Amino acid sequence: MEINFFSDIKANYFKHLYNKKDKVKKIFYSTIGFFAGFLNGLLGAGGGMLIVPALSKLGVERKKAHATSICVILPICILSSVMYISSGKVSIFEAVPYIGWGIVGAVVGAMFLSKINQKFLKKIFGIFMIWAAFQLLFR
Amino acid sequence: MNSFIMSCIAGIISGILAAMGLGGGGFLIIYLTLFENISQSEAQGINLIFFIPIAITALIMHARGKLIDWKFALKFGALGLVGAILGCKIALFIDGGLLRKLFGILLLIIGSFQLKKEKK
Repeated sequence: MEINFFSDIKANYFKHLYNKKDKVKKIFYSTIGFFAGFLNGLLGAGGGMLIVPALSKLGVERKKAHATSICVILPICILSSVMYISSGKVSIFEAVPYIGWGIVGAVVGAMFLSKINQKFLKKIFGIFMIWAAFQLLFR
Repeated sequence: MNSFIMSCIAGIISGILAAMGLGGGGFLIIYLTLFENISQSEAQGINLIFFIPIAITALIMHARGKLIDWKFALKFGALGLVGAILGCKIALFIDGGLLRKLFGILLLIIGSFQLKKEKK
């Protein structure tokens, strides 16, 4: 009886500790949302790159993390777009020619998602990004 | 005409990459700055606008499959909006050349991650 009592307290104590750790973890990763928004506003892209791994660390499965990240980025993009447009740097019409084809690409991408060798594509895109980075940095 | 075909291809590739979550945005910005000689902040603005309809299309597809974790989306999104305001203010304030360099650094980091071997 006595032992049971103590083990109960012990169990509750650890449960409490665990919950606290979990809470800290949640708060920490939520700040990632802030940085993702900041990055996306500052450089016009890249927010999702932070959110997907953060969600994965919080235990959200990969496919779900991906979909949720789009849900987070969309309002950020809308707000950022409004700020860019109202500053006069860009107009909606400049983006229009790309949007139609972009949707075609997105549908194609979604349809063949399972059939394309994503690892290979990732590598190619990675090399292209690094090449572009050097162009931007040293040209 | 030539540039019309180029912009079609750029749009399609960006869309495909965006659907795969490979950061399609990066591609469109690279195309606009390096091949069309559009200024960095303008290219970023175009990309932001470009992403809105693409994201809505993707979300409709995902929401049907119940793939969105709304609790986390709300938490991340709320803080993200605060971050976005700050990010935009800085982007629209600082010099275009510096912005270009910052974007280059981001590409370097993301590119290296793409090349890194995946755990799974």
